This record gives sequence, structure tokens and C-alpha cells, in this order.
Amino acid sequence: MPKVRQFTPVLAAIGAIALALSGCSGAGGGGGSGGGHTLNVLMVNNPQMVDLQKLTADNFTKQTGIKVNYTVLPENDVRDKISQEFSSQAGQYDVATISNYEVPFYAKNGWLYPLDDFVSKDSGFDQSDILKPMTESLTADDGKLYGEPFYGESSFLMYRKDVFAAKGLTVPDNPTWQQVADLAAKVDGAQPGMRGICLRGQPGWGEVMAPLTTVANTFGGTWFTKDWKAGLNSPQWTQATTFYVNLVRAHGEAGAPQSGFTECLNDLEQGKVAMWYDATSAAGSLEASDSPVTGKIGYAQAPVVQTKSSGWLYTWAWGIQKASKHSADAWKFVSWASGKDYENLVGTKLGWARVPAGKRTSLYANPAYQQAAAAFYKQTQEAISSADPRNPGVQPRPTIGIQFVDIPEFTDLGTQVSQAISSAIAGQLSVNAALTQGQQLAEKVAAKYQSK
Amino acid sequence: MSRKRPFDRDASSLGAAGGRAKSWKRPLDRDASSLGAAGGRVMSRRVNAFWGLVAWLVGIAFFLPVAWMVLTSFHSEADAGTNPPKFGASLTLDGYREFFGASTGASPWPPLINSATASIVSTLLVLLLAIPAAYALAIKPVRKWTDVLFFFLSTKMLPAVAGLLPVYLIAQKIGLLDNIWLMVILYTSMNLPIAVWMMHSFLAEVPVAILEAAAIDGARLPTIMRKVIVPVAAPGIAATALICFIFSWNEMLFARVLTGVVAGTAPVFLTSFVTSQGLFLAKVCAAATAISLPVLAAGFAAQDKLVQGLSLGAVK
Amino acid sequence: MSAVDTATTRVAGPVGARSARAHPRRAAWARRAPLLPALVFLVVVTQLPFIATLVISFMNWNALYPDQRSFTGVDNYRAVLTDATLRSSIVTTVVLTVSVVLISLVLGLLVALLLDRSFLGRGVVRTMLIAPFLVVPVAAALLWKHALYNPEYGLFNGVLTDIWRLFGGTAPQPDWVTQLPKAAVVTELVWQWTPFMMLILLAGLQSRPAEAVEAARVDGAGPWQTFRFVTLPHLRQYLELGALLGSIYVVQNFDAVFTITSGGLGTANLPYTIYQTFYQAHDYGRASAAGVVVVIATIVIATFALRVVSSLFREEARR
Repeated sequence: MPKVRQFTPVLAAIGAIALALSGCSGAGGGGGSGGGHTLNVLMVNNPQMVDLQKLTADNFTKQTGIKVNYTVLPENDVRDKISQEFSSQAGQYDVATISNYEVPFYAKNGWLYPLDDFVSKDSGFDQSDILKPMTESLTADDGKLYGEPFYGESSFLMYRKDVFAAKGLTVPDNPTWQQVADLAAKVDGAQPGMRGICLRGQPGWGEVMAPLTTVANTFGGTWFTKDWKAGLNSPQWTQATTFYVNLVRAHGEAGAPQSGFTECLNDLEQGKVAMWYDATSAAGSLEASDSPVTGKIGYAQAPVVQTKSSGWLYTWAWGIQKASKHSADAWKFVSWASGKDYENLVGTKLGWARVPAGKRTSLYANPAYQQAAAAFYKQTQEAISSADPRNPGVQPRPTIGIQFVDIPEFTDLGTQVSQAISSAIAGQLSVNAALTQGQQLAEKVAAKYQSK
Repeated sequence: MSRKRPFDRDASSLGAAGGRAKSWKRPLDRDASSLGAAGGRVMSRRVNAFWGLVAWLVGIAFFLPVAWMVLTSFHSEADAGTNPPKFGASLTLDGYREFFGASTGASPWPPLINSATASIVSTLLVLLLAIPAAYALAIKPVRKWTDVLFFFLSTKMLPAVAGLLPVYLIAQKIGLLDNIWLMVILYTSMNLPIAVWMMHSFLAEVPVAILEAAAIDGARLPTIMRKVIVPVAAPGIAATALICFIFSWNEMLFARVLTGVVAGTAPVFLTSFVTSQGLFLAKVCAAATAISLPVLAAGFAAQDKLVQGLSLGAVK
Repeated sequence: MSAVDTATTRVAGPVGARSARAHPRRAAWARRAPLLPALVFLVVVTQLPFIATLVISFMNWNALYPDQRSFTGVDNYRAVLTDATLRSSIVTTVVLTVSVVLISLVLGLLVALLLDRSFLGRGVVRTMLIAPFLVVPVAAALLWKHALYNPEYGLFNGVLTDIWRLFGGTAPQPDWVTQLPKAAVVTELVWQWTPFMMLILLAGLQSRPAEAVEAARVDGAGPWQTFRFVTLPHLRQYLELGALLGSIYVVQNFDAVFTITSGGLGTANLPYTIYQTFYQAHDYGRASAAGVVVVIATIVIATFALRVVSSLFREEARR
């Protein structure tokens, strides 16, 4: 029976390999394995986090003896995973990157470890150095602090100085949206294949909804009024959305309905758009030494209509899970990653352009950083400092939040509305139809809160 | 006995694994005979050449995305994201250096080992459960064996995603979250129905006469299994194992939700190269290539087994 | 039911005859014993969680409001059955599944017919054709989204640029995923599943009795008639098998939708929608109710589908 002879060794070999592999992988036991001196950190895959990952072993682990295991995932995936982890208090991860959107209601549900005691005992950390709007947006309704920013951002307008100069146009430092729309029309086609402006169109509450909500805020709209009435079908929202959709359809980037931060960054770097309204953190990439547009970009504050400023406020912050058994070690990690020394470490080791910025006043006073970020540090600091998370529009709000509403339902609500908006940008749906759909969804959510 | 294998019948009439494997190597036989006529030979050669060309074009078209993935994986990030594409850009191993953790220090080995463990162990477990079950359905069938077979298949039709939440909650309760053995169990249940089905088809091939002879000799069931059934069904078992391995290696939804620090599998690791900020095309292509490599290698090496396996023992 | 009868008769043959007569009950159990581990394992792992799903579906349980967990009766079901998103995702699932399975079956048949001929380098061509099926699905979805479809730096638009450059003029740069979201997902899946279908149908073609083809030729049948009246009937089972296996896997597809469109632009299928209810809305109760509804619907459909499969069994039992 030749078949047997051929086959049995194969099976045996497979078995042996499997045993050997499972033996050495040591992939047993649940999370939190490895005693008190290992931390499990779940974080989003952004360049700043990749740098952190690289610097941890030689610095943090060397100083403290605490080993850090990272799980890194793209933003959509990491959000799903973080909410799953924290809502079930599974305790697999000690620390996770959460944003100022999650912190207040995670804290309310008792999923986060309050940090005030750690902060007061840790003299080196210096909470007063953290930019005020950041601290404010990471403080829950009970007045306690639940997160420390790793880096923060607002939004502003970026534009190609050379293109505008060649056309004899100037961008005001504090433009209005009408001015921006006019400028976009004028620079559209300034170079072959160059469109006027890049605006996000990709579905997702943190994608198209972020810039669009800031536009709606400054047009006078709000998702919900103070007494929880949904306002997506208000004239202001309609006006703002029509403006946004028309602008991006007329003078926006190719492939707008699938464009997010990365696509727009690429477009501006490759000369496919002349302006871009997005996160201040983009400046670091645009001015990096290997960027094709270094030195060619000008920066202006977020365009406005009725409000004085309209930039958003966003931070990837560290939150410590309540179920974590290593909260003291976890704080050591947070204090290190969000500390001044880490900023200096990145500045000297990897270059000042790669510092996780946007959170500490001291960084903006640091001459080395000022020099490296000469083109944009002032505008960035101004944008973040002028953001008001409690009062971003023309009317009082029921919760904290500029480009989002700080309620758990917003991810779902925002994502569903964003899909309709994205379809409107693709031309498959009218703005009115998209907002009518959105209003129905928002009313369902509002009803829940009105009854409370 | 070695010559009197049950596949003899197939080799003549249906062309089973052995015959099929041979026919790949000397493909001209049948066509030559069927197109026979002397005068038509030049014509038919031309026609054949034409269809051969078409087949080549189709093959290249299907292979192109894979080739592009591999080529991009050897480009630098700057050359990977250009329009028009730079086909001849200089080659670099940077993408693969990134895969091996050049800038993050994250080693790909733990996830690869996890995937290998989950795939191989679950495949062995599937065979261990499926072969006896198939025996009970094909060789000495229990009553209502068709119903049982239907039940197995019907579990495959349930939406896996609906089971995700309870599995997560139960795993959390009993401390199996982020544990590769949970993945082994889930992958086993995921592949078991198809494996039972396939093995049933293969075992139905075992001639009753041999079994009778063995039974008269006084052999007990485990002996019959080992000495008679497994050898006869070996190609079928190999095919089943290959299919189970591929589907386990590829699984993503459960791994994404149920694993974390220690038990993350290769496909989950792959997604960690996608970022919403910055270029990633070359390193994602490198990681995608590296992670697909075991399956590609296994699949290419055992093409004939795959053909046979997917046709469920040629649906006798 | 002749299938069962034939099978039983065959088995009740001489092998177990003596012992069966002595201890009928013990013999029945001995017969069942090898089946039990697999059966018990599958019941425990796939059916028990479903009971949990059933219980949760009657609860008001949103993970974001941990203190408001309670039983609510059929509220979740009412919400699910009136949910327009879920309804449209059912339609999307059907559209995606049917188009992927049909297109890849037809393509797979054509490719299999090509490969059934002899030509130089057939082994190489077959190897190239199998490759898409062997690429890890997530990798394939990422590849198509970023390296091929991307309007800025994807290969498709890049090649368009190259072609237009040859003749002068500006190339059209369509945004594939936005303009044709469903087609984009379907194309990627067809690319992955055509090799699968091809393999099954190739096995069918290779097992086609040469005598029948020869006989048809002798009777003066042309190539089309041979195909229509000899090959196709022979392939019927293989086509059914391909359709069945393809449907089982494509219906559940999550990776492609999650990766390529994130469920946007009307491509959210059932698995994606339920996933979204779990992981973005965290409404465990409603998601479970949706799961239960889908399971019930699946059982109904599966019963019909399995009738189709049963032709495979009839054939088998006839031997």
C-alpha cells in the first residue's frame, strides 16, 4: 500500500510541527499574563504610536523594568475593539488610546480609572502644562480627570502658498467659508490635474462627519439643542451641508466619497489639490523632510461663518481600564508617554517634526521645536487654544464636544448619517434626502434623552 | 492487495486522483484521440493554439493582481503610490523589513505561530472527529444518516456573526478570551461540517467487500479504520485537511474579536499595517504576500488534491 | 426516501449481521458511537451559543448603559422587523451572493473548458488561475481597495494614465469604489471565487466519460451540441455543488465589505449590519434579535437549498 507509506509520515510530521509550535508559542492563559511587570496596551496605528512602540524597550522598560505589549490596529478596528474591551471590562488591556469622545461617557459608566491621585503624586508630570481645552475635554461630568493626552489636534486650513502667489491670490489668516469657496473656484485647475480643495467625504463619524459638523456649527446648526431636539433638518444644517457638498462636488478632490485624511494628505502632497481643511496634525507630515511640498504650505485658521473660531478638538489620550490589575504600573507608562521628557526624547532622537504635539504649552515655548515647526506651530497652538469643547456653536449644547456629540449613540448615529452624506457627495442622493434620513435617526436618539 | 485498490474502478471510468494527476502530465492523449481525423490535424492544432493563447491571457489576467501585489511589496513606499505606476522602479526589501518589525519592533512570528497552531491543530482535530463520523454516515450508516448529514451542513449556513456575542461573553466568563485554544475550537467547529461532508463522499468509495473481509478476519473498528479505511481514503483525507487548513488560516472575523495581546493571528496582524495617516501600500503588500505564502505554497503544491477535495470526491 | 432505504439495506449486509441479531440495541449504539464525538462537539459549539443569543434577544441590553439591563419581551424584534437598514442589508446580501456565485460559476465554467484542452504550459496557467483563491481574503480585499481601485494611486487608473499617455490627452480617472460600490465588491469576490468554481468544474470535466463524448462525435454532433447534450448534463451536479458551497461562504462574507467600503454606499450586507449593531451601536439585545431572525430565515432557505443538494445524495445512494 504505497499510499499509506506516503501519507503517514506527512501526518506525523504535521502533528509534530503542531505540537512543537503550540509548545513554544506559549499562547495559553487569558490576558494580563506575566505578573505585575507587564502592561498590555491597545492603540491606534498612527505614526506617533509607531514611534512610541520603537522607543519603549530602550527607554521606558529600561528605566522601570516594565515590559509593554502593544496591540496596534487601524482606527476603525481599534475603536470596535476598545469599546468591546471596556464595556465588558474584560481586563485584557491595561491601557488603551481613547479619544476625548469616549472619555466622558466611559468614565460615567465606571470603565476608567480616575487619574487625579496619580497626577497629584507625580510631581514630574505637571498637569498645568497641558493645554486647557485638552484637560477640559478629558474631564468627566464628575469633575475628575480620566485621560491624559498623547497628542492633540484641532483643525485648520492648509494651502499651497506657491499656487496662490502665482495666481496673485492671498488666503486670509482667519478666512470665512465664503472666501474659501471663492478661492477654491479660482485655484481649481491652477495646475494640470489640480482641484481647488480637499474635504473628507469618506463615511464614518470620525471621517466626513468631523469637518462637516464644524461647518454646521459655524453656520449656526447643531445636532441637538440643549433640550434634546434633533436639528439635522434645520435650515442651518441644510445650508451648511449644501455648501459642503456643493463645494466638494464642484471644486473638490477626485474620489471625494472615499477620501479621508490619508487620501487628502496624499492629494496635497502630490499637487492634486490647492487647499485642504483638516487636522492640524497634518502639518507635521507636510513639512517633513521627505515631503514634496515642504515649505510650500501656508496655514490659516478654520474658516468660519457665524462663530469666531470653528476648529475641532481631538486628542488620542491614554485611559486606564478600571478592571486593570496594574493601575500603578499603567500610570507610570501614561506619565512617561505623555510627559515632557518623552517629547524631548522624540525631538532629539527622531526629529522635532515627529514629536507628539498639541498638548503641552512648554513644547510651543521650546526653541528647538519652534524652529522645526516654524511654518505652523503658532497656528496650531492658536487653533487648539481657541477651541471651546463646551460651547462650540451659537447655541448651548446638551453635552461636551465640537465635531461630535458626546453620547454613546453618536458613533452609530454619526456613521449612519455619514453614509447618507457620502452618498450625497457621490451624487446618489440629494442633500435634503440625506438630512431627512439623518433627522429620523437623530430623533430616535433624542427621544431617549428627552425622557430622562 | 496493494493493487486492488477501490480507486481502480474510478481510474477507468471517472478518472480519480491518480488518473487525474497523470492526465495533467500528458494532456495530449485524450485530445489527440478525440480529434483524431488525419485531415483535421493541422486545423485542430491551430484551433488548439488559439484557445491555448486565450487560456494564457485569462490566466495572466487573473494572476495580475497577485503579481502586482508581489511587485509592489518590493517597491519603496514612494514608488508604490504613484500614478502612472512605476513598473520598473528599483526594488527594495524595505516592505519586508517593516513586516519583520523594522520600525515598530513588533515581531511577526507570534501571530504567524498562532495562525499555524490554530490552523494545524484544528485541522487535526477536524480529521479526528470527521473520519469516524463519516464512517458512521457512509460505511455503516446510522438510521436517518441523510438527516444527520443535512444537520451538519445546516450549521454551516447559520450566520457566524450571530454567534459572536455569546461566544465572546462565554469566553470572557471562563477566561478563554485571547487564547489560541479557543480559536482552535471555533475553527474546528467551523470546518467540521464541510469535512464530514467531504469525508463522507470519500469513504463512500470504500468497497464493502474489503470491509467484510476485514470483519471476518476479526478486526475491530479502530483496526479497520487504521488498516483499511484510512489508506484507501488517504488522498481524500489530504484534500480535506488542505481545505480546512486554508479556511482556518484565512479566518478573520472571530480572530479580530476574540484575540488580543497573545493570541492574535496573522490576518489580524496584517491589518495592523493599515494606517489612516501616512503611506502603507508597500508594507501592506509585503505583509499580505508573506501571510498568504503558506496557503499559496500549500495550494500550489497540492493542486490536484485541491481539485479532488473541492469536488467532494467527485460527487459520486 | 429511497435513498435511506437503499443505504440501510446495503449496510444491513453481512458485516454486522450476526452481532446485530444478537444485540440489536448495542449494535445500534456501536453504529452511532463514531458519530457522536463530532455531533456532540458541533451541537455544543454551534447550538449552545445560539441559546444565549435567544435569551439576550429578549433583553434590553446595551453595553453602553450597563445599569439598564432588563427583560423587555419582544421589543427588540419589533425594532428589528421595522428597521429599514436591516431590510436593505438583506437585499444587499441577496444581490451580492447571487451575483458573485452566478458570475464566478459562469466564468469558472468557461475557464475550466479552456483548461480542459491541451496547450503549452497548461500547468502554469492553471497555477496562475488558482492563485486568487489562495490569497488570504483580508489581504485580497486590502489589495483591491488600495493597490487597484484607489483613484489616486491604484493600478487601474495608473494603467489608464499610461494608455492615454500613448495617444495623448488626459485619461479618465474613475473612482471605482464610489461610482460602482457594489460592482467593486462583487468583482473582488468574483476574482477570488472563480478559481474555486473552476476547480470544481474542472474535476467534473475530467471525470466526463470519454466514450460518451466519442459517441456523440460519431453520431455527428458538433462541439456545441456535444457540450449542450453531453457535457452540461454531466456537469449539472458539479454546478450545483459549486453554487451551494459558493453561497455558503459568500453569504457570510464580511472581510470584503468591511475592508473595501466599510459598509458604505449601500454595500452593508447582513453580517456587516449585525456586526455594526454589536460593535458600534453596542445594542446587544437588538443585534441578538437580528441574529435570531436571520437564523430562522436561513433555516427556511437552507431547507429549500438542501432539497437541491439532495440530488447529489440521490446520485450517491444509487451506487
